[in-house]
Amino acid sequence: MRVCVRAFARLREILCASERSVDVPDGARIEDLWALLCQENAALGRERNSTRAARNGRLAAFDERLCDGDDVAFLPPVSGG
Amino acid sequence: MFAIVTTPIDPRSLESVVSRGDGGIATFLGVVRGTDAGGKPIAGLWYEAFEPMALREFESIAREARDRCGDVRTAIVHRVGEVGVGQISVAVLAAAAHRAAAFDACRYVIDALKARAPIWKQERFLDGTARWSAGA
Repeated sequence: MRVCVRAFARLREILCASERSVDVPDGARIEDLWALLCQENAALGRERNSTRAARNGRLAAFDERLCDGDDVAFLPPVSGG
Repeated sequence: MFAIVTTPIDPRSLESVVSRGDGGIATFLGVVRGTDAGGKPIAGLWYEAFEPMALREFESIAREARDRCGDVRTAIVHRVGEVGVGQISVAVLAAAAHRAAAFDACRYVIDALKARAPIWKQERFLDGTARWSAGA
């Protein structure tokens, strides 16, 4: 199945994309998607503890299962204002 | 009124939420400082947002302000993209019948926004270097 990955700020720079499609196996969780991205970008691994995930615009636990067509955003610590 | 904009913020635009029964209006304007915490000169800040989620967070924060402070109306506008030194990056307005609720709500909203809204800033220095801000 295919999901859309969004990344912001520092994570966007590490992934060299603000948005991209990624193929993941059926039954994959957000954690699996993250691991897949880490295989391509070793620097991403260091960011795990400070990164939150959102699935279809809502904060989601990394063990949440993905569905085809999901929109997954990876969010570094916020700093607005 | 909740908005994320790419153009300069006119603080008066937030007054559209004020009603005839309001006797107190508190406004907070966040402005880009000319130096970082260590005194290094800044050219400007770059902001980016996960817009749909940020707007939903603004609405949640405003609802919480009403739950905590009573009958208040709030407006939140955050700018994204390049924001120069001295320019407004965020504006919050809270209006209520009396000043205490307006002050409390305004403070609650800006504090919650800085802690929770999916918005990020990068300091862009006069020497050409840049650094993502570590967090709220």
